[in-house]
Amino acid sequence: MEESRKLIVSSSPHIRTPRDTKAIMLDVLIALAPALIASVILFGVWPLVLTAVSVVSCVVFEFLYRKLLKKPNTVGDLSAVVTGVLLAYTLPTTAPWWLPVIGAFFAIVIVKQLFGGLGKNFLNPALAGRAFLVASYAVLMTSWKAANFESVADAATYATPLASLHQGTLSSTGIGAMLLGNTGGCVGEVCSIALLLGGAYLVVRKVISLRIPLSFILTVAVVTFIFPRGNNNFLWMLQNVLSGGLLLGAIFMATDYCTSPVTPKGQVIFGIGCGLITVLIRYFGSYPEGVSYAILVMNLTVWMIDKRTAPRRFGVPGKSLKRKGAGKDKKKEDAKG
Amino acid sequence: MLFKTHGGVHPNDKKAPANEAAISTIPQPAQVVIPMSQHIGAPCTPLVAVGDQVKLGQKIGEAKAPVSAPVHASVSGKVVAIEPRLNNLGNMVTAVIIENDFKDTPADDMFPAPAEALESPEQIADLIREAGIVGMGGATFPTAFKITSGWGKVDTVIINGAECEPYITSDHRTMLEHPDELLKGIELIMRACKVDHAYFGIELNKKFAIDLLNFKGAKAMGIEIVPLKCQYPQGAEKTLIKTITGREVPPGGLPAQVGCAVFNTFTAYSVYRACYEGWPAIERVVTVSGSAIAQPKNVKVRVGTSMEWVFEQTGGFAKEPWKIIMGGPMMGLAQYDLAVPCGKGTAALLAFAEDEDRNIENPTCIRCGQCIDACPMNLQPIYLYMYEEKGDLEMLQKLNITDCVECGACTYICPGRLHLTHAFKTGKAKLQAYNAALKAKEEAEKAKAEAADKKEEKK
Repeated sequence: MEESRKLIVSSSPHIRTPRDTKAIMLDVLIALAPALIASVILFGVWPLVLTAVSVVSCVVFEFLYRKLLKKPNTVGDLSAVVTGVLLAYTLPTTAPWWLPVIGAFFAIVIVKQLFGGLGKNFLNPALAGRAFLVASYAVLMTSWKAANFESVADAATYATPLASLHQGTLSSTGIGAMLLGNTGGCVGEVCSIALLLGGAYLVVRKVISLRIPLSFILTVAVVTFIFPRGNNNFLWMLQNVLSGGLLLGAIFMATDYCTSPVTPKGQVIFGIGCGLITVLIRYFGSYPEGVSYAILVMNLTVWMIDKRTAPRRFGVPGKSLKRKGAGKDKKKEDAKG
Repeated sequence: MLFKTHGGVHPNDKKAPANEAAISTIPQPAQVVIPMSQHIGAPCTPLVAVGDQVKLGQKIGEAKAPVSAPVHASVSGKVVAIEPRLNNLGNMVTAVIIENDFKDTPADDMFPAPAEALESPEQIADLIREAGIVGMGGATFPTAFKITSGWGKVDTVIINGAECEPYITSDHRTMLEHPDELLKGIELIMRACKVDHAYFGIELNKKFAIDLLNFKGAKAMGIEIVPLKCQYPQGAEKTLIKTITGREVPPGGLPAQVGCAVFNTFTAYSVYRACYEGWPAIERVVTVSGSAIAQPKNVKVRVGTSMEWVFEQTGGFAKEPWKIIMGGPMMGLAQYDLAVPCGKGTAALLAFAEDEDRNIENPTCIRCGQCIDACPMNLQPIYLYMYEEKGDLEMLQKLNITDCVECGACTYICPGRLHLTHAFKTGKAKLQAYNAALKAKEEAEKAKAEAADKKEEKK
């Protein structure tokens, strides 16, 4: 053997999955695509422009911040692109082009990078960006436009289904229209089918588990079913689940790795918390939509939830295992006898 | 029947094409280097001196301690040196170097054990001990000690045929090519352990082996073949016990505490060879594979053969190797010197080209939580890593870092490319040192206080 051969010696394991951060982010982007396509069909090309501006702003802000502070460039991990798309999805379809630029600055620089970048921020950047815009440009953030195929009596006083629900009355928009997205709302939230499709893709690709989205959506469904306004429980529940940003939030925002619990039990608790706060805000808040604030509030509890929901230690029986174990011991004795 | 366990990852098993390659033999090397320590426990003392003629299978290292295993000459020839040599763990250990005379003159005691000896558990355990058999899966725990220390406690014998690490096919080929011998070996282990029933856990990527062993009458011998889901680390001792029996070995405990004893497939085959053929543990099947290897193979290798010789005789490298691993890709040890000899527990030699390198410059945790899902021991690698980075040893202890079996599943799955397992290995060592220092300090203070008390009394 020639002496010049150089061999790497490192700790095991020596192989790693091909699925790295970039691959996961790419999957999220693929899952987000149907909602954008639906939005373009429903509202014309403007949603696409808003998304493009938002994505470019997020990427540029991330690149500049890291460059100015002489930190390694992280644009390649695609997380800024995901933030950009999500931010655009939470804007009304009537938003001016510069709105996402301001939102992107707040999301990327203030919320994400000042806390250390990917994996270190404690609030969902896109939602925090949206919250900042709602506080600063309340009128722009609540001007709605009807979808292309919707027949509207008076375009000037157009109200989204969510606004009717906030008034305590069922919306006139049908469930079919809500599923297809033939109604006013934010760029990425209207077409429920597209969002569910994206969610299914993420679950199949194992990017997310069902724990957060399911517990979130089910909580909203159950609470609205038990406490309806009006006397049609079922329709009230369906409209609450399908309108507004619930699906977008539950599937794409609450599942943000960095700002949700990592323990399986914790994720369920997180989802239930999001659901409860969403309904509370929708019922008693002064603002019709509660999803974004619900997620932001629950973001703050992640550390606490994680700490209290550590998995049971292997070999140390918990309550459920003790019961099972007792049965097994008995079996063992039977076998011996 | 399929069993599901918590945790685990599903790497591409890369068993093909080696799983189709029949076990072949390679020419013997001109020289073998036989380390006096090829097992967990006390090293052996050499029984031979430089210049001695040794025969094949002759005992050349005596094990005096109970947790130990003797070593034997794997070729016949002349002892040319007894000196420290590098072993697979990166340590210098005493080794007997034998120049091969290529005659394979058998030792005087290399004959099958008498039939009546194979009826008594004590005598089988003695035979196993004298043959120097250790856990052949890589852990190299002395088998005879495992058997005798389990008497009265063990009610379940489990044979580990999961072979859950990618690339390795040596156990698989042994099942296919020596099914009768293997089953007889398991029968002996059952008898030695004083139980009449054994589970043989085999992953479903070895479907043909499962069918073959069933066909060969495993059931009639009291051996139940348990098909296992392909999942790493299915063959980790604690995981396997949990999968097959539902019992969980307590933290820091041994399988015997829950009535189980786990033996590797090749260990069972070695027991057969020792008892029915008189061959001690001097030869084993090694899978040679990896992305830098021209032709993946399974070969019979005499203990003490250098890695370099094995690679040369199996067709050499197709690509420039970047990493050479003794053992599997998940838990094997990277080697830097190809002169290191193969030992009793060497199931595979892998050579990877640089395209396997997936490390990145700035590993970043994205809090995806996949490490928690992957951990077979229900640990939270994400937080362990964080506290290890911070050097917070008390939190490491609180989060049970000592439970980590270093299987590498978390590191494999990590999309942020964190060096999790490595951090836990160093974290464990730091914690051990810290606790030892703490204990020493406590004891010193106690002694001081006692001395002071005595002084008071005297007054």
